[in-house]
Amino acid sequence: MAKKTVFQEFKKGLWSEVPPYRLVLGLCPTLAMTKGVDNGFGMGLAVTFVLVCSNVLISALRKVIPKDVRIACFIVVVATFVIIVELTMQAFTYPLFLQMGIFIPLIVVNCIPLGRAEAFAYKNGMVASFADGLGMGLGYTISLTVLAIIREILGNNTFWNHEVFSSGFQPFAFMVTAPGAFVCLGLMLCLMNMLGKK
Amino acid sequence: MVGAPLLTVSVSPHVKSGESVEKIMWTVVACLLPPLILSIFIFGIQTLIITAISVASCVAAEALSQRLLHRPITIKDGSAAITGLLLAYVIPPGVPYWIPILGAVMAIYVAKHLLGGIGFNIFNPALIGRAFLMATFPVAMTSAWLPPIRDAAVFKYMGSGIDAVSTATPLYVLKHYGASALMEKFGSMSTIYGDFFVGWRPGCIGETSALLLLIGGLFLMYKRYITWHIPVSVIVSVAFFTWVFGGERLFMGNPLLAILSGGVFLGAFFMATDYVTSPSQVPAKLIFGAGIGALTVLIRLKGGYPEGVCYAILLMNPLVPALEGWFRPKRFAPQKGA
Repeated sequence: MAKKTVFQEFKKGLWSEVPPYRLVLGLCPTLAMTKGVDNGFGMGLAVTFVLVCSNVLISALRKVIPKDVRIACFIVVVATFVIIVELTMQAFTYPLFLQMGIFIPLIVVNCIPLGRAEAFAYKNGMVASFADGLGMGLGYTISLTVLAIIREILGNNTFWNHEVFSSGFQPFAFMVTAPGAFVCLGLMLCLMNMLGKK
Repeated sequence: MVGAPLLTVSVSPHVKSGESVEKIMWTVVACLLPPLILSIFIFGIQTLIITAISVASCVAAEALSQRLLHRPITIKDGSAAITGLLLAYVIPPGVPYWIPILGAVMAIYVAKHLLGGIGFNIFNPALIGRAFLMATFPVAMTSAWLPPIRDAAVFKYMGSGIDAVSTATPLYVLKHYGASALMEKFGSMSTIYGDFFVGWRPGCIGETSALLLLIGGLFLMYKRYITWHIPVSVIVSVAFFTWVFGGERLFMGNPLLAILSGGVFLGAFFMATDYVTSPSQVPAKLIFGAGIGALTVLIRLKGGYPEGVCYAILLMNPLVPALEGWFRPKRFAPQKGA
């Protein structure tokens, strides 16, 4: 395998390996946290922060972490950063913290930080891991935001809690329910596959 | 399946029954038409418009889906038309005209073609359409019940504000206000039985007339397109469980009222018997029907909705493969080692 440049590591997270649509990872928050654009965007940023920090730290410690207990070590590292995010959100964005609830601590067992640690950071240098984490995190943020925009506008007739169409449009309440999330995500995957074929 | 036959049976001559998917489907359509015609006299001419829109959008959605998915276009086999009819029959008669269009897209594209097309869909498409509409537009779908027309004024509800005349279904009245309120609203019990059996009660477009649905269902049985097992087990189990649990004390419920209100007859004869989403073995059919009846009563008595036939059928649909597996017919061929 040819050595990829740092920029390529960054770029792959944005399109060719964008987590929820291409890798189909981290679906739990993708389904639950895209009722509103604020939720989706906030969740994306929280995951991005955790991902970048944990990738860099794990990459730095990769020579020290014993192979046999690496997953446990990854989880400790990821959990540390998740607690930072959680406490920060509790202090500064309390309403959003309340809305996201259990899904912030659940980032600890989210497939993406753990998956990137195992698949990338444990085997690569710190700069490449930083680029990988940032790319994956931003790709995740964009995916969640796009899904949230679709669901919030169609399902609630709002964008970031502001009304979109003044009247005459009856929102599809279905889109903000859990089955609506599945259908919407499925159609997005379908669209991504269609675009990817060409 | 169209194409090369998988099973080649030689040595002619053979007796052909003349049955085909098309013939069966169009016969079902014919059996479904009398309730539609009656609904025009019960709820007015707009039921015909809603049904026409629903059928047209289902057929169009079928053609478009098959085009998009590169499948052969089979709109002539009538299955999309049946879905359209059934979808219209399970929505209230006063809904805005765009409602059935969205339901049709959900029913045909998502519930039928994305799950594999005719023969492979797990859920009854028309009921998925209804469930989608109920979840999406709860206000439009539950405030559009119309009181029956008594004087054949079929244009009564055209153009007028439907909100002003909307009423409650018998099951809603029964659930929230009790039996005395039901009698106050719909007359004495004997009047209720008579009216409900013929179809003069608030309800979805095609579900009100137990009489015509029964005739249609019996005709399908006479043609041997469906067997008695599923419809009878659905109706009997709804009656039984309502009798046991539906009253103030055990064994005090009113089974006759339970089967004559809501969508029991429509569900039992035309929805639960859908070939694709119902089992084929006799014991499996009986369990399938009884399960639908039990879930219906559970939803009616304990659930948030006044009526549960739609969700009961949708909940039993995914059990069909398991039921088929449990009740496999015995093989005729000698077993290994025998």
